[in-house]
Amino acid sequence: MSFWDYLAGHQQQLLTDAFQQASAVFQCMVIATLLGIAIALLTYRSAWGGNLAITTTATFLTVPSLALIGLLIPLVGLGVPPTVIALTLYGLLPVVRNAIVGLRGVDPSLVDAAKGIGMSRVAQLFRVELPLAWPPILTGIRVATQMLMGIAAIAAYASGPGLGNEIFRGIASLGSANAINQVLAGTIGIVILALLFDAAYVLLGRLTIPRGIRD
Amino acid sequence: MTETATGTAAASAASGARIQLENLTKRYPGSPSPAVDDVSLEIKPGETVILVGPSGCGKSTTLRMINRLIEPTSGRIRIDEEDVTDIDPVGLRRKIGYAIQASGLFPHMTVAENIALVPKMVGWSKSRVKDRVEEMLDLVGLDPREFHGRYPRQLSGGQQQRVGVARALAADPPVLLMDEPFGAVDPITRDHLQDELIRLQRELHKTIVFVTHDFDEAIKLGDRIAVLRERSHIAQFDTPEAILTNPADDFVSGFVGAGAALKRLNLTRVRDVGIADFPTVSVDDPIESIFNKLREGPYNELLMLDRRNRPYKWLRRGDLMRAKGSPARAGQLVHDTVTRDATLHDALEAVLIDSSGRVAVTGRRGEFIGVVDMETLMNSVQEMLQADRLAAMEHEHDLEELRHHRTETELEGGADG
Repeated sequence: MSFWDYLAGHQQQLLTDAFQQASAVFQCMVIATLLGIAIALLTYRSAWGGNLAITTTATFLTVPSLALIGLLIPLVGLGVPPTVIALTLYGLLPVVRNAIVGLRGVDPSLVDAAKGIGMSRVAQLFRVELPLAWPPILTGIRVATQMLMGIAAIAAYASGPGLGNEIFRGIASLGSANAINQVLAGTIGIVILALLFDAAYVLLGRLTIPRGIRD
Repeated sequence: MTETATGTAAASAASGARIQLENLTKRYPGSPSPAVDDVSLEIKPGETVILVGPSGCGKSTTLRMINRLIEPTSGRIRIDEEDVTDIDPVGLRRKIGYAIQASGLFPHMTVAENIALVPKMVGWSKSRVKDRVEEMLDLVGLDPREFHGRYPRQLSGGQQQRVGVARALAADPPVLLMDEPFGAVDPITRDHLQDELIRLQRELHKTIVFVTHDFDEAIKLGDRIAVLRERSHIAQFDTPEAILTNPADDFVSGFVGAGAALKRLNLTRVRDVGIADFPTVSVDDPIESIFNKLREGPYNELLMLDRRNRPYKWLRRGDLMRAKGSPARAGQLVHDTVTRDATLHDALEAVLIDSSGRVAVTGRRGEFIGVVDMETLMNSVQEMLQADRLAAMEHEHDLEELRHHRTETELEGGADG
């Protein structure tokens, strides 16, 4: 059976897997972004706090994804929970690091001006610091999404959703007629999803980065 | 258009408030000596006071304690008799304009959004804020239609600084704090901005506290100057004239630098000295009448004006002869003119460059008003320095008496206690 025949025959299954993968990555990215920015906001003003946050989130990244998911299974069971937890943890580092670097990189004289003209702490944060730090934060979110796309495939190991199922099925039945087709379909599907997400981020940047600081 | 807009601005504006600093001290933890040590200063309503001193002398810290960007360790701050040392700093800062070096404009907001920030925060209505933005742009000499929607990076340094001042003044605060606002622009732009500030202040009468390390800037802008030495100790607090002619000590005279008499020229405007009349002819006058005027009058020289009454050429008696009667070729083009607002320094410069030692004074639209010559300048400088010296002597006498009086009361007080 040729690759194209395989695609045509399993269209429904592949689309469902792709949708589930995209949905899982998207939802985990939303959680990772909110959590990551919150962590950054709480820590960026103190030297050791910020560094601690970056080091901690970086540590998650050094744990192999397969191992992390394996460790999570006895704690939270199979399926969606270990997938969401693992993806969120992996997504944190780029967001936290870029948010901290971005917030620290805001020109101190602008923060001084914001304070000096009578902005409250909250207004300083939401009207000046976050908008100015937004381009690097968005880059962090973008990098994290690309990474999660790949890691999400591993989640199939814990019966998680997504195109990883396709790949694992193929690997499990290596030598059979459709093994290579399955692995190929899963992999190419992930690459396509990643590219689509990236395009969406470019658009998001156009829409959300103020014209005055856009390159 | 500018005229009317600025006119209404001045009419509706809140004029300055009195600022009193009482024994203000800032001590940073872990540093043995305070950054600002026991400063007391009283600034009158509507006055421009310059804090000037070497870098690291605590002048900025002193300024930033007025709007409590830096909280004083001890001492009181009063604005219009209200003790603001312990009130909510955010509310306080909205009533105090704040302009800083390199403008501090938010790059992600348009010019209009930047200016509208404070009026919006204090709860002005949308339409009032909108009108105010236009008015402020007009006030600082930027065309509202052109600059309204621009982003700060699309402006030159000087324009950014103007917008910075507009933002600081937008909610019509009685007090304006300026922390080396013109420090980051080129000398020519700085000169323009200083002139603009003088013009603004003449209209608005805010209380301005201005920090700089440039003594020439201090002389030009200040009604009074506080020369600060380390830890913000006030070496001298007086009018520019008094500081120039009678520096309190070696530190101040060192800071004033050489050429105090020359700097004194920056304090007087051409309008304050005698502007002399000068015979003029127009380019449209027939050549015979020009000849007659030269021959009959006691003058050796005429000033030819163009059709819009602006100085055009200096004509000497011989010039017309040599040019064979054609006024188009005769005479010397007028290179330099000064306005009535120009300083004597500028006037002297122009006179020195001119070959016959005088310069034409022009009005708003460049129209001829009169001339200032070397002799007038010399005389007025002589008079000025003489008057300064007398004033300084009197001043010293007063101070002496005051000190004497104080010691006496202190002694009496001591006896009572």
